[in-house]
Amino acid sequence: MAITYLEAIREAQAKLLADDPRVFIYGQDVGSFGGAFKATKGLAKEFPGRVLDSPISEDAQVGVAIGAALEGMRPIVEMQFADFSTCGLNQIINHAATMFWRTNVKCPIVVRLPSGGTAGAGPFHSQSMEALYAHYPGLVVLNPATVEDAYSMLIAAVHIDDPVIFCEHKYLYYHLKAESLPTEALPVGKARVARPGRDATIVTYSAMLHEALACAEELAQDGWQIEVVDLRSVKPLDTDTILGSVARTGRLLVVGEAFPWGGVTAEVVARVATEGFGLLDAPPMRLNAKDTPVPYHPNLWGTHRPTARAIIGAMRELLHA
Amino acid sequence: MLQTSDFASVKPQTDTRCERYLGAFRWMLLARVFEEKLASLYRGGKVVGGVFLGKGQEALSAALGVSLRKGDIYAPLIRDAAGRFAFGETLLDAARTIVGSRLGPMRGREGNIHRGKPREGYYAMISHLGVMVSTVAGGLIARRFKGVKDVVGATCIGDGGTSTGSFHEGLNMAAVEKLPLVVVVANNQYAYSTPTSEQYACADLIDRAIGYGVRGHKVDGTDPQACFDVVGEAVARARSGEGPQMIVADLLRLVGHGEHDDAHYVNHALKVSPIGRDCLDVARTQITAAGWMTAVQMDALREQLQAEVESAFATALREPLPDPNLEDWRALSTESLAEGRA
Ligand SMILES: Cc1ncc(C[n+]2csc(CCOP(=O)(O)OP(=O)(O)O)c2C)c(N)n1
Ligand SMILES: [Mg+2]
Repeated sequence: MAITYLEAIREAQAKLLADDPRVFIYGQDVGSFGGAFKATKGLAKEFPGRVLDSPISEDAQVGVAIGAALEGMRPIVEMQFADFSTCGLNQIINHAATMFWRTNVKCPIVVRLPSGGTAGAGPFHSQSMEALYAHYPGLVVLNPATVEDAYSMLIAAVHIDDPVIFCEHKYLYYHLKAESLPTEALPVGKARVARPGRDATIVTYSAMLHEALACAEELAQDGWQIEVVDLRSVKPLDTDTILGSVARTGRLLVVGEAFPWGGVTAEVVARVATEGFGLLDAPPMRLNAKDTPVPYHPNLWGTHRPTARAIIGAMRELLHA
Repeated sequence: MLQTSDFASVKPQTDTRCERYLGAFRWMLLARVFEEKLASLYRGGKVVGGVFLGKGQEALSAALGVSLRKGDIYAPLIRDAAGRFAFGETLLDAARTIVGSRLGPMRGREGNIHRGKPREGYYAMISHLGVMVSTVAGGLIARRFKGVKDVVGATCIGDGGTSTGSFHEGLNMAAVEKLPLVVVVANNQYAYSTPTSEQYACADLIDRAIGYGVRGHKVDGTDPQACFDVVGEAVARARSGEGPQMIVADLLRLVGHGEHDDAHYVNHALKVSPIGRDCLDVARTQITAAGWMTAVQMDALREQLQAEVESAFATALREPLPDPNLEDWRALSTESLAEGRA
């Protein structure tokens, strides 16, 4: 039985609701409709009263989650698209994120963000917002790239005693399939070497993992062995695994789908440059989306975001640097 | 300046009434045939991304479009093809946006409903619901600074959009500033799958008007004549300095949220209730009853508009698509401040 990335998210929530009476889900159209993407399909029926439709009020959705968390619940908030989480941004970064630090009381909420680009989605249904949230102290930011991680990291997220921003990639929802759900998982906060190699390292996460793996596969035809590291969690960032890989390969390309200014790729490069400068045989490289909003038309979108082809181009440059 | 009485208390001359009606009817019908074409392109896999239609809301949408003038500000929403055309958007520009033509106003950067030409007072919505209320208010404040009189700013929103913080903040501030703002709420009973019972708890959205301190107008959104009268009156009141006006129209979304959505969740009782009427059917009845056009003439008009729509799409489809190599890849207007294009 094959299970998709999206179904894994649904199954994780079913398990969480079944195992823990403190869990409830709050979001637009998540109830009997099962959510815009069907990530909560059937859950309202299976768990009456615990999967609640919200008005179109993102600020209130997060505020409700914070209040409920203070009272001991484990709320999961679904944003219809990551992009709309900006309407709840204040509650997330100023309220949830500061709670424990200010009051010594934990704020275990999970905000699910259907993230990233798909063809034709345009500037308001395509954003990758992990860097924005990771910038703020007090948040955990997760970006699962596989079906297994989508499942196990969502379960882990709800068990974490702090606010978690769970960035699930819409492009992977239907595309990505696994044979079965995992029974064990790497801990949250650990990166994973998704493909071993010795000539260069690509550090990436979320949908870009698959573009990076395609690049590694293609370059293998030419005899290059590219190591690919999947960050899994962008905050905390597993610097040790990254440095370990760079120690093996001496060359680093960091790939992300988000905008180029700052962000996860810049953070990775900064850490390697400051903590592992001596490991590098060539200047580290970054590949990101372009510094414009995400364009609508596929002709533009396909160039705006990094693709396997673009990664191959950058990697050839790096290998010959 | 238009007086309220032009539309409400004093019955206008029958021929201007007829002219007004048929003018708006044309936009309603154009929107319908345009969207039928859009749906068929979508089904044929010719549109990338989502397609969102305004079936059932054409009367309300057109009513606002025809009540505005050149120089006014108009910020339509998802289901406002009729109003957009009435406000002056060309069929070709709409078609170009849908197919992604490089020559269209959005140049392939934006698609479907997020189109506009702000310089012409036709603001381009973002997806985030509610934000256009304060934006139009800001446009009106600018007009006030400039000493521009007789101007109206109007925006449209759904029942769901009224739950946003932005909607509340925008309407409240517009009321404080007594701006000539018209907010048209299309209460089409659903926000995606969410029924109004899960969206708000007031008996009627119009009850909010008093809370904001704005004048409220209730209208049957399936009745074109009522829409033209009520929206016309509200716009006239705003224009004459009476401050913000909020219209709440009851109707039913006669299609899915988008064309991907079968809308199985829509309550059958609503579909067969008066709210479920198709405003275009009502228009035909009203026009026939008034003797303004015959059924044959209306069918001929439909065919003529269909031909116009076909021709607009044919042109747009022949135009060049966006090309990443020709694209500017720059989001700032200030050339000297734009960083490298990487
Ligand atoms: C702030 C915000 N949250 C979520 C969405 C996603 N969304 C797009 S349309 C829609 C439903 C809108 O319903 P309503 O306002 O009633 O307008 P209708 O579609 O019925 O015309 C939702 C939830 C959005 N656009 N903006
Ligand atoms: Mg609605």
